[in-house]
Amino acid sequence: MVIPVALRGGELEGGLAILGGPYNNHLALRAVLDDARARGAARIFCLGDLGGFGPNPGKIYPLLREYEVFTIAGNYDRSLADRLSDCGCGYTHPDDNRYAQLSYDYTDRRTTDSERAWLSALPEQVAFERRGRRYRLCHGSPRRVNEFLWESASSDAFLLRLAREAGADTLLCTHTGIPWQRLLPGGTRIVNVGAVGRPANDGRTGVWYAWLPAGSDDAEFIPVRYDHEALALEMEAERLPAAFLETIRTGWWTTCLEILPAKERARGRH
Amino acid sequence: MTRPASISLSTVGVPRVPALALDTVWFQVAGTLCNLRCHHCFISCGPTNRNHDYMSRESIRGYLREAEEMGARDFYFTGGEPFLHRDLLGILEDTLRVGPASVLTNGTLIPHETAAALASLARGSRYALEMRVSLDGLTPAMNDPIRGEGTFEEAMRGLRALAAAGFLPIVTVAQTWSDADDARLRGEFHAFLRDAGIPRPRVKVLPLFRIGREEGRSRGYTPTEFLTEEHMKGYDPWLLQCSNSRMVTSRGVYVCPILIDAPDALLAPTLRESMKPFPLGHGACHTCWATGASCRN
Repeated sequence: MVIPVALRGGELEGGLAILGGPYNNHLALRAVLDDARARGAARIFCLGDLGGFGPNPGKIYPLLREYEVFTIAGNYDRSLADRLSDCGCGYTHPDDNRYAQLSYDYTDRRTTDSERAWLSALPEQVAFERRGRRYRLCHGSPRRVNEFLWESASSDAFLLRLAREAGADTLLCTHTGIPWQRLLPGGTRIVNVGAVGRPANDGRTGVWYAWLPAGSDDAEFIPVRYDHEALALEMEAERLPAAFLETIRTGWWTTCLEILPAKERARGRH
Repeated sequence: MTRPASISLSTVGVPRVPALALDTVWFQVAGTLCNLRCHHCFISCGPTNRNHDYMSRESIRGYLREAEEMGARDFYFTGGEPFLHRDLLGILEDTLRVGPASVLTNGTLIPHETAAALASLARGSRYALEMRVSLDGLTPAMNDPIRGEGTFEEAMRGLRALAAAGFLPIVTVAQTWSDADDARLRGEFHAFLRDAGIPRPRVKVLPLFRIGREEGRSRGYTPTEFLTEEHMKGYDPWLLQCSNSRMVTSRGVYVCPILIDAPDALLAPTLRESMKPFPLGHGACHTCWATGASCRN
């Protein structure tokens, strides 16, 4: 069982921005951070997976520092810190693993020793109280860093068990890349904040993050547009796969599709 | 995942897998009754095999209640052939109120009306209903010697009916070919399914388990294909589905979907009582360990 880092402070009662995997997409990350700042975010959290998919991993770290983002480790970050041979995303299909390996190898080659040391110091999870509720922030799930919590594949009973085992009234996670929220019978709330590094397979080129307004427990999903064409050109210059560029330019996932449950897959184009 | 080399039986003691959580519940809804008699069937299903019988809707409701209390995530239905069961649609309706469901079928008993009824169930639930259809080749010449005369065309009809009703069925294939041919055959399989009118084909390849009828078709397990404590050193037990799922049949709760013919794999009459460690003493346990296989989607 993971022991979360406990946070305290009056600012946690304010508006909170919580974002999922940046996946090297520094242009989307900056746009999201600017949006959160413009909303007056009292605190910004990132739920991990800084690398993968996009170009030039080194551009993510200065942004997280500049905007004082409280960051926890995703499976990607742990793999890079520990110099593992793959991202540990937890895909089971060879087609998914093939593309995941391309972006992991790319990111791994461009990650410096000091960046690895920084990643290895990231906490695994965060817990705090807000409006009398116990919050838990994790990457995949409270019990497994690379567990996929898909909306259509997770029963109420299962989500309630995960929250109860973690001692949480509100559970926030990422890892799947598609945002959703469910209020369970009894008031426990599960929020998958999505990811800011890749569109949400919804045909929009923008990305999403979660915003918890001051005085509310109900997460709002905020769409953010950014210069996706500039990112695609940068990815092209880095010779990243054409399939990745297509996703950035269309908003539809072209890779790592086999892990999707039927409902989420059917909503996409590929 | 790379395939580790076999380790000889030098250490004593069979390793035990802990029961970490009940995430997935399987139902042998049609028992071992099947309209086909595939040569690689690891539980030798067929039209007259009543080793495990049909499960009643009421009995499944009871297990669903227990599973929900235990926080189960998802549910799978297999057999035998689930569509031989008269109440299958009702059982799926009950299940989709509680969580996501997957049905493993040979696809030969899914006319358009059934596919439409399934699609209506799927639309009515916020949870996923996955349809998994088994095929064993790209042509009748590859498939039918394993699964039976005419089964290729019948399964393709079922797949097309599901696709026409809006499903993205998962096609499962047992790996009856060598690893060297794997990537090529997967590619060909995708292309074939697209050409056959199955858009966006999803293909899952499963390893062969050398038990049941498969033992006679190829071979059984050798003395080195069993697990020892050595194999489990540094191995994450979460990767074994027996650490987080159970299989329910008309006879009770088993450790996994593969071992329902093994007397020691029958753990208890209820899910709760079945949550105890299990000795990984079967050749099939070695297959799961070595291939990282899971019967899940």
